Amino acid sequence: MPRRVEIRITGLGGQGVVLAGEILGRAAVYDGKHAVQTQSYGAEARGSAARSEVIISDEKIGFPKVLKCDILVAMSQSALDKHLKDLKAKGTLLTDEDSVKTIPKTNARVFRVPATRIAETELKSRIYANVVMLGAVITITNLVTKEATEKAIMNSVPEETRKSNLEGFRKGMMQEFIYPI
Amino acid sequence: MFHFYEAELIAAHRYKHRLYLKPTTKIPTPKKEAPMTQAAPQSTHFWQGNEGCAEGAIAAGCRFFAGYPITPATEIAEHLAKRLPQVGGIAIQMEDEIASLGAVIGASWAGAKAMTATSGPGFSLMQENIGYAFMTETPCVIVNIQRAGPSTGQATKCGQGDVMQTRWGTHGDHAMIALSPNSVQEMYNLTIRAFNLAERYRTPVVLLADEIIAHMREEITTPQLKEIEIVDRKKPKRTEKTFFGSQDIPPMPAVGEGYNIPVTGSTHNETGHRYTADPIVHRKLVERLVGKIERNADQLIEYEGYNIDECEAGIISYGCTSRAIYETVELAKKEHIKTGFIRLKTIWPFPDRVIQRMAQNTKALFVAEMNLKQLFYEVKRAVEGTVSVFPINKIGGGEMITPGELLSEIVRRTRNLD
Repeated sequence: MPRRVEIRITGLGGQGVVLAGEILGRAAVYDGKHAVQTQSYGAEARGSAARSEVIISDEKIGFPKVLKCDILVAMSQSALDKHLKDLKAKGTLLTDEDSVKTIPKTNARVFRVPATRIAETELKSRIYANVVMLGAVITITNLVTKEATEKAIMNSVPEETRKSNLEGFRKGMMQEFIYPI
Repeated sequence: MFHFYEAELIAAHRYKHRLYLKPTTKIPTPKKEAPMTQAAPQSTHFWQGNEGCAEGAIAAGCRFFAGYPITPATEIAEHLAKRLPQVGGIAIQMEDEIASLGAVIGASWAGAKAMTATSGPGFSLMQENIGYAFMTETPCVIVNIQRAGPSTGQATKCGQGDVMQTRWGTHGDHAMIALSPNSVQEMYNLTIRAFNLAERYRTPVVLLADEIIAHMREEITTPQLKEIEIVDRKKPKRTEKTFFGSQDIPPMPAVGEGYNIPVTGSTHNETGHRYTADPIVHRKLVERLVGKIERNADQLIEYEGYNIDECEAGIISYGCTSRAIYETVELAKKEHIKTGFIRLKTIWPFPDRVIQRMAQNTKALFVAEMNLKQLFYEVKRAVEGTVSVFPINKIGGGEMITPGELLSEIVRRTRNLD
């Protein structure tokens, strides 16, 4: 069976969910896989519901949207409430620990990642929460290699933020920040 | 009044000192060691559809872009603003979409391959100039990344509601060429083709894409430059006198080459002079303009077909919606329904013949599109009642028609036909 994984990264506009999806898809292509990334966002610059979807497959991808996801990342409470129903049974859920207070009962594997807190305390800006979360996603799921992701980050973010983004990603990859419940 | 006086004074001062010859902004000269001084080299990338379109334009030889920002087409302007100066081209933001296409038409007459990119509301504004480009036989490419209309509609959400506007948006008798990509790779390939067709047939060409394909990222392989077929417009011989007739696709001089010809959107004869009362001149001109596209339909039409000559249910689709048909075919196999499809890469001129071919060999045709039945009626017209045609439509929120939805409609209809 060819492997096909569908990921949905959700949150609010401005949290970098689209960029996180772009980096993930680019890393998959660097690893020699097929990948499609799509996005959905509101007309506002910040604050409206935003989501990014990535399909990583060994085969060519037809339908590009994710209907039922294997991995759901929720960076906000409203995003979780809206998208949890689309997570496959026994899927993987990652939430931002500070932004998502209540997690409804689910049979998914749940990981609470303090992505925003790490970004704020260690990198002095919450804009890096997305790459911290990405580090956690990759540690838990092994979707793509660390090397490919770092290369993808280098090629996806503005030059002046490369260092901080890489640092955030590596912090996210450090196991002790991830608390399975 | 004061402002007018002041402007006049400045104009007079400029004229006196010939200042008007100096460009007000410095046009960037290409750096010798710029990172990418030409089209992207052969490689595999993870690009957005809009990036694919912009790079395809550069590969095709586009060296002038004028546009006005609009979701979901802005990335094309953004990318070309960065890239065109690197290859010695110009990207300019105009005051609106009317001026954008105006600048593109001007650049084309100055000899450049030129393009603009917009979405529904901007495309509406461009209609007048599209007619002008058609009437004056100006090669140019208009990219329309469709979003949910009418009016400003749902700016960030996908739609396919501009299909008929592309065909009939501008007034008067005309014929249009419109191409429909369904992948990032095709955003690149069909942009190149759009330029080639514009140059070959001396006419505006619309790349009719949609938000999902334009904003989607996926892998794309750019070929080696020498492998890309590039068509350039036919240039006149020194002795040539007719640039608007006497042959189907006349040669096109550029401004400054010394031909001193009028260019007008009013009815004109073979040398370009206005004839706004003569029935013969009008008939000859407009019939030739429409005819040069209709007669070459076979060269213009491209599609992807599967089981065209043998299927129970035939799906006709294009753009983002057509990304669902591959999985639908597989799902239908499990239901023991043999499906086929025609995925249109050329929407206009409409591929009547292949649709008719499929109609002869199927029980029912299904037209799937993200609008309220636009191409559906074209399919109905083409098959002339020989087979049942069913619409599958969905609009709003940028939600795609899923393979499951396509399947359930096909199952429902084909079982009822038995």
